[in-house]
Amino acid sequence: MSFLKSIFGKVKQGLAKTRDTFIGGLRSLLLGKRLDEDLIRQLEAKLISADVGVKTTMRLVKGVREAYRSGKMQTGDEVLAYLKDELKTMWPEQDRALRFADAGSGKPTVILVAGVNGAGKTTSIAKLTKSLRDSGKTVLLGACDTFRAGAVRQLEIWSERLGVEVVKGQQGGDPAAVAFDACDAALARGVDVLVLDTAGRLHTQESLMRELGKIREIVARKIPGGPHETLLVLDATTGQNAVRQAEEFGRAVTVTGIFLAKLDGTAKGGVVIAIHDATGIPVKFVGVGERPEDVQPFDPEAFVEALFEVDQD
Amino acid sequence: MFDRLSEGFNNAFRKLSGQSRLTEANIREAMDEVRTALLEADVQYDIVNDFCETVVQDALGEEVLKSVKPGQQMVGIVHKRLVELISQGDSQTPGILKASPGPTIIMACGLQGSGKTTTCAKLAGYLKKKNRSVLLAACDLQRPAAVEQLHTVADQVNRDIPSGPAVQFYGEPDKVAEYGKAVGVAVQVAQRAVLHAQKNNIDTVILDTAGRLHVNDDLMKELEAVRRTVQPHQIMLVVDAMTGQDAVNSARVFHERLAIDGVILTKFDSDTRGGAALTVKKVTGAPIKFIGVGEHLDKLEEFHAERIAGRILGMGDVVSLVEKAQEQVSDEDAERMAEKMAKGELTMDDFLDQMRSLRRMGPMKQLLGLLPGVGQMLKDVQIDDKQLDRVEGLVCSMTPEERRDVKVINHSRRKRIAAGAGQRQEAVGQLVKQFEMVSKMSKQMAGMSLKGRVKAAKELQQSGAAASLPGMAGLPGLGAGKRSTHTPSPKSRFKPRKRR
Repeated sequence: MSFLKSIFGKVKQGLAKTRDTFIGGLRSLLLGKRLDEDLIRQLEAKLISADVGVKTTMRLVKGVREAYRSGKMQTGDEVLAYLKDELKTMWPEQDRALRFADAGSGKPTVILVAGVNGAGKTTSIAKLTKSLRDSGKTVLLGACDTFRAGAVRQLEIWSERLGVEVVKGQQGGDPAAVAFDACDAALARGVDVLVLDTAGRLHTQESLMRELGKIREIVARKIPGGPHETLLVLDATTGQNAVRQAEEFGRAVTVTGIFLAKLDGTAKGGVVIAIHDATGIPVKFVGVGERPEDVQPFDPEAFVEALFEVDQD
Repeated sequence: MFDRLSEGFNNAFRKLSGQSRLTEANIREAMDEVRTALLEADVQYDIVNDFCETVVQDALGEEVLKSVKPGQQMVGIVHKRLVELISQGDSQTPGILKASPGPTIIMACGLQGSGKTTTCAKLAGYLKKKNRSVLLAACDLQRPAAVEQLHTVADQVNRDIPSGPAVQFYGEPDKVAEYGKAVGVAVQVAQRAVLHAQKNNIDTVILDTAGRLHVNDDLMKELEAVRRTVQPHQIMLVVDAMTGQDAVNSARVFHERLAIDGVILTKFDSDTRGGAALTVKKVTGAPIKFIGVGEHLDKLEEFHAERIAGRILGMGDVVSLVEKAQEQVSDEDAERMAEKMAKGELTMDDFLDQMRSLRRMGPMKQLLGLLPGVGQMLKDVQIDDKQLDRVEGLVCSMTPEERRDVKVINHSRRKRIAAGAGQRQEAVGQLVKQFEMVSKMSKQMAGMSLKGRVKAAKELQQSGAAASLPGMAGLPGLGAGKRSTHTPSPKSRFKPRKRR
């Protein structure tokens, strides 16, 4: 996972942004304050406003309230420490690194990328591709979004900018056929990684979800063990419906990781906690800008640290 | 879409029913659940609290009506408030006004991925149907291939929606630049697009702008410059209906900087609880004009606060369903069908007709979701429209004689039908058996009271007949269904699907 390490230094810098928006309020809310019912209510409001979700928020706040009433917790600082602990235990040890094909297999690693319309799949793929390229891997793209107008061209433009090749089909053609061709091409050219872009689809569209399943099957048939990674791209501004997305895409194509896009706005991204509670799917990357280098591996430890840590200055 | 919000309300009011009067204690208890439901629906935290407080105050002042249960009374109050909140200050004119002198300029803006380009195309189609000439102008010079996308969808609109003047496209693909490098150029493109429309006597210009974060000052300035320069008549904020709590921030900034005239909510065909609708409305005060309900370019609907609020309360969107049914089934057809059913003269052809008109109304799940109380039960159920295909395939492989009287189907006919439909012989046997059962049942039901119908429908489900005759057993007597009192309860309609 050298490529992850190589950009690890950027994690903190990017998370600083999240921290400022997410927990900036919390820090000023809690630190140096005496704990009382009013402060607990404000804490609840903060968590809910960060899209953490009612259920998860209530569970967290309940713990605080009990500790407060039994006298175990008296200051905002203690609450901060408690929440940090809670959130840390919520993320079990999971492999958040990208999964690759066995080194000895000589087969390409296939990454299938899916998500709802407008989540940011194509941009996220550009970021992923750049990361992989920077770590010295050869990458081939498969443009399986044959539905949306301009989608193939959009991926093509990125591929030109990033200097990788792209396998494409006809607009309106069968996306599974493109996946088929892309697998063939990846095998023939002996690339390290094949990244498949798919059309945005709402998780409620049964037939489109089946189509996605078909693409996955094609890949599995062509390249045993593949797709090695199925990433769900989630828009960080999404509310609780993100949990439904994770569940439904998980059902259709066994999602192995989440790419949390658009974390550079004021959206707090707290929904990943709710998603983790509901599905256990790990978040693997976060997208924090429009440029291909605006990507970071998601590390819950660092994430939580960054959320709650106090700046030195 | 609002199904799960409705579910929350239903829970809350279940607690209330059975109480003899509305006391502050029981109202507050119920409102707790309402509050949770609204929060889970992504309505912004402060707005939820304000709303609940208003409802409590309203309910407290309210006399307990003898004729209705406290739960129903509360539903009334919450519904009224909800409608008020969603439609506050809206003018009575839906759609897009025509500016004079023209051209009418509409600017679409919003966050990345909210669905601006698709929405612009849908809007163009909407206006085209109203016989207005439209110019789609590509002012998104940042996202790769955004200009091409708009060009393609403009052509698509012209293909898909033949009536009205052709939608035209304006773009300057040579001005496209990488992110952050084209800032400001969009202003000139917008200006030239408007000039182009003036010269060519085009009625309406729709400016598709690049998606941007509300915190990106440069890009927000660009929109302000477009606004100053071309002075759009309507600035539309395009918002993803799945947006969470942050909708409050983005909508506020867009509104502060651009003075939004209207809101278009997209991706409403997802199962989002859609609380962003309330949030955006509250923050901007601008009317929600349209909702996007599908990927295809005619899937844009005018927004109706009444209906949406009704859905929130689990009352279902019966108005939409009736409208859809009326589009597909004429009164005479319905009468004829009801009569046939009563006499037990239903044939496979009638059945096929009925099933086809049902299907023209849309996917089964979407359709059933419109029924009161059904939506929430459906959320985990897979409804396979393919099953209808299979049944249709079987019926189509039958001869006219067989369709008139399924009794003539013997072994060799069964073999032929199965081969024709590409299915197993057992499938034919099953269909025939179940059709006979449904036919018998509908004859009995025609003379029954509502209660009797429900009971009969339940028996039918238990017999398993419903499972493979979704069109028929799921909605017994669609034809007769116009006599609303004879319609079985949503529950009985729904159950067969759950069984699968």
